[in-house]
Amino acid sequence: MTRVHDMGGRFGDGPVYPESDDVPIFAEDWHARALAVTVAADSLGQWNIDVKRHARERLPPKDYARFSYYEKWVSALADLLVETGVLTEKDLRGQAGNDTHPLASRALKAEAVAGVLASGGPADRPSDIHARFKVGQTVRTVDPAANRLVDGGHTRLPVYASGATGKVMRLHGTHVLPDSNAHGLGEAPEPLYAVVFPASELWADPENPKDEVVLDLWQSYLEPV
Amino acid sequence: MPHDDHNHPHALLPPDPALRVKALETILTRKGLIDPAALDEIIDTYQNKIGPQNGARVVAKAWIDPDFRKALLADATPVVADLGFYGRQGEHIVVVENTPELHNMVVCTLCSCYPWPLLGIPPGWYKSDAYRARAVREPRKVLADFGVSLPEKTSVRVWDSTAEMRYLVLPMRPQATDGLSEEELAALVTRDSMIGTGLPKVPT
Repeated sequence: MTRVHDMGGRFGDGPVYPESDDVPIFAEDWHARALAVTVAADSLGQWNIDVKRHARERLPPKDYARFSYYEKWVSALADLLVETGVLTEKDLRGQAGNDTHPLASRALKAEAVAGVLASGGPADRPSDIHARFKVGQTVRTVDPAANRLVDGGHTRLPVYASGATGKVMRLHGTHVLPDSNAHGLGEAPEPLYAVVFPASELWADPENPKDEVVLDLWQSYLEPV
Repeated sequence: MPHDDHNHPHALLPPDPALRVKALETILTRKGLIDPAALDEIIDTYQNKIGPQNGARVVAKAWIDPDFRKALLADATPVVADLGFYGRQGEHIVVVENTPELHNMVVCTLCSCYPWPLLGIPPGWYKSDAYRARAVREPRKVLADFGVSLPEKTSVRVWDSTAEMRYLVLPMRPQATDGLSEEELAALVTRDSMIGTGLPKVPT
C-alpha cells in the first residue's frame, strides 16, 4: 500500500544533526550540479512536478535507502529521461552520437534562468468541484492511504494519517490533484484543505496530549464524519 | 506511463554519484538539451541570491509593522511577493505564528518541500530520514536534538507539507529588542527559527 519514501512516524532513524547557518548549502560541488541539471531538465517540458516526485518514490527501495539526497534526484532524472524517450539506454551507456536533439530548442538558456525561477509553477486551478467541507468541520481520511486511480500510484496522503479523524482548518482553494497529474490523467483540480489532527489520533504514545499535526489534503482524501 | 518499470536505466550510469551527475550532464550538454552556463546561473542563484536572509526580512518586518503582520498571516503569498519573494517552490506561502501557547514546526515527511524563495535550498538535516520520520511523531525529542526545550503548557503543531503550500514560521520576537531597527532584528532571525526547530537569537 505504500512506498519507501512514506516514512513519517517511522522508528529507528536516530538523532537529527543540526547545522549552523554558515554551513555551505551544497556540501559537494556535485550536489549543486545535480540540482542544476534537474532544474534545467524541467524546461524540456516532458513531465510535471508530480511525475518527477513519483519517479523518485519508485526508485527501488534498496536504492532509495542507500542513495543520498541528490543521488536520488539524478538517478530518478536518468530514469525519467529514458521513460519519456528523451534519451535512450544507449545514450546513458555513452554509446550514442552527439547529434543535436530535436528538443534542443527548448533547452534552458542562462539568460532565461532568473525569469524561470522567479515565475515558478503555481498549482492552483479553477475547478467545477464544489468544496464539500467547511472550516471547523470534522472529517476522516480514507483508509488505506493509496492512489485510487492507479494501483501503486503517487499519492500525498501519508500512511501515518490514513483513517484518522481531524478538523478542517483552512480551505486553500482548488489545486491540481497529484494522484491524477503524476500519471498523465490530467490535472483534475479539486479543493485542498489544511486538516489538523490531535497527536493522539495518529500515535499510540503521543509526547504531549496537546500536540497536533496539520496536513494539506485533497477533498478526495477525506470523508465526512 | 508505467509506474513500475523493473528496468532501471539509472543503473547504466557510473555508480559513483559525482561521476553519475557528470556523465548525465555531459550527455545532455552534447545533445544541446542543457546549457552549462544556465547550470552555473541556477547554482549562483541558490548559493548567493536566495536564502534565509529573505525570510528573516519578512519576519523582522512583521515584528515591527502590525499591519504587515496582519496581512502576512491572512494571506502571505501576495505580501511576500511584494517584497520580491516569489517563484519556484514558493508559489503558495502560508505563514504561521508562534505564541506562548503554540509552537509551530515544519516538515515534509514524503519528500523535502520547503519555501525556496524565502529560505533557499533546505539544509541536509531537513532532508534526512531522521527528521522526516521523527518530526511528526516526536517533535519535542527532535527539538531537543536542536537544544530547544519548550514549556509543557506550549502545544506543538507540526505542519507536514503534503501539497504545494509552503510554510514559514513567524517566531516570537525576543525580549529586550525594543529599540532595534528592522535590519538589526533580521540579524536575530535564524533559518531554523523560521522552520520551527530553533528560536531567534537574543541580542548580546
